[in-house]
Amino acid sequence: MSQAEDTSVRVTETRPTAPAARSVRRLWTLGLFRSELTTTFRRWRTLALLGVLAAVPVLVGIAVKIETSDGGGTGPGGGGPAFIAQITNNGLFLVFTALAATLPFFLPMAIGVIAGDAIAGEANAGTLRYLLVAPAGRTRLLLTKYATTMAFCLVATLVVAVSALTVGALLFPLGDLTTISGTRIGMGEGLLRALLIALVVAASLTGVAALGLFVSTLTNSGIAAMATTVGLLITVQILDQIPQLHAIQPYLFSHYWLSFADLMRDPVYWDDLTRNLGLQAVYAAVFGSAAWARFTAKDITA
Amino acid sequence: MDELSAAERDTGAVIATRALTKRYRGGQLAVDGLDLTVPEGSVFGFLGPNGSGKTTTIRMLMGLIEPTSGSARVLGRPMPRSTRAVLPHVGALIEGPALYGFLSGRDNLLRYDAADPTADPRTRRARVAAALDRVGLTAAAGKKAKAYSLGMKQRLGLAAALLQPRRLLVLDEPTNGLDPQGMREIRALVRELASDGTTVFLSSHLLDEIEQVCTHAAVMARGRLITQGPVAELAAGARGRLVVTTPDPGDAARVLKEQGVTDVVVTDDRATGEPPEPPRDLAEVNAALVTAGVRVRGFGLQRASLEDAFVALTGEGFDVAG
Repeated sequence: MSQAEDTSVRVTETRPTAPAARSVRRLWTLGLFRSELTTTFRRWRTLALLGVLAAVPVLVGIAVKIETSDGGGTGPGGGGPAFIAQITNNGLFLVFTALAATLPFFLPMAIGVIAGDAIAGEANAGTLRYLLVAPAGRTRLLLTKYATTMAFCLVATLVVAVSALTVGALLFPLGDLTTISGTRIGMGEGLLRALLIALVVAASLTGVAALGLFVSTLTNSGIAAMATTVGLLITVQILDQIPQLHAIQPYLFSHYWLSFADLMRDPVYWDDLTRNLGLQAVYAAVFGSAAWARFTAKDITA
Repeated sequence: MDELSAAERDTGAVIATRALTKRYRGGQLAVDGLDLTVPEGSVFGFLGPNGSGKTTTIRMLMGLIEPTSGSARVLGRPMPRSTRAVLPHVGALIEGPALYGFLSGRDNLLRYDAADPTADPRTRRARVAAALDRVGLTAAAGKKAKAYSLGMKQRLGLAAALLQPRRLLVLDEPTNGLDPQGMREIRALVRELASDGTTVFLSSHLLDEIEQVCTHAAVMARGRLITQGPVAELAAGARGRLVVTTPDPGDAARVLKEQGVTDVVVTDDRATGEPPEPPRDLAEVNAALVTAGVRVRGFGLQRASLEDAFVALTGEGFDVAG
């Protein structure tokens, strides 16, 4: 800093308002994260995505209510998302059903939109160059974008869970619930497990978030990045359904997603859960590094 | 720090590039061996037709683009390596403003200010208000940026560059989209900032704008630097033309040629030409016109403009892309 000051001694003398040397305060660097959060959540697109996610449990709840109003249950063999048969007995199961229904597509699609737009959208609008000359710092900006995307994962999951809990409480009875293993747990523990499941679901999305962020550093078009990420998501989901590809399936980021249901076993069956979280960590590390390598070396021409 | 050469310290160059070159992946040479020196405290005009490499140069100076070869120093430090130390002291408007349309003007500035890790959040609102006031946007601060006119967006972009006291302002076409009144205000603002000691690096395709506000200028064409120096010296490089306004331009042209005036051009009621060489008292030329019965309405030497200098230097019109 001192040499830079040397070149403009005259300037600093003539402008007493200029601080002698502005320093970077660690706490102030969080300002960008706060700004990023408010900017993201003030976009109508973000609110629309959250609105769609909130609507899913409402639709599922109403459908189940109508279906069972004639007295007949959906029955265990009725198909549909996990836990759907138990909803009429306990509204809390709507939380698990809604998460199981949104995790394969709605939730990761919303994440893909937010993550894909993170860098490419700013480049598209030209705001990226102004953030970088502010100077936001490329690594700092990328970390902020990833942290914001993760925050969105959590908020999106909680929106589904809270909406489901509200609808479940309104339409169905609440109370003790039966785990998959057949044991009964109290309402309090049931809520705790619901929260735990929401957190695991949010964590399951970190892989696709990192993938979307990496794609976002490759292009200057927000739409292209979103479409690519969502396209990759659909491709992976299809590959995961083809039996002949079972050799590669354990490496697909979505393969262990529905393992969150194991949290409803008593005792909890951890194997697939830890595999899922480990896989997400690997995806986050690989694509996070790739995004960093790409973004820090990229010529910003937009 | 030790890399700051004695020469650079002596010249006090705010921007100094050496053989700065950028070749894009397609093989296109955008900037070719640029040696640019922007003296401290100057208002530096950066001129050149579209596609001459101005914006690529500015992007390299701001650390947005990595040079293919050569070096660039801003405020005595190498770019893009020292962006974190240098850029908080630099305000920039690059290729027009870019805003978040769904945020108000004020919130746009708050966001850009939050992006600067050296900006004190306690004074953020006050600084944003001051910047808005400085560009005359206080009344429209609460409006969403997408409802802004181009001129208002341009002002908001300028306000973002003025959020902090800056040592260097890089303004790429700052008067683009502004009405004449807005242009005058921006020019006045640039002069005011310069008188405070801020170095202003101003790119423009408006030669008279550069002539009005700049102390120094550089001319680029096809990625190469053609010339740089104080504006007065650049304009002096091109000679003025003798202009005679008369209802008898044909006779005037004949007399002017007899008097040693070269390159005589006749248009409607004017005859213009290069003053005689070697220089002589132009009053004699005028007297000769009158003696020959030419009715002279106006007689004078038109000062060479920067545009004349530019055409003389590049041998082409200003709007020809490189």
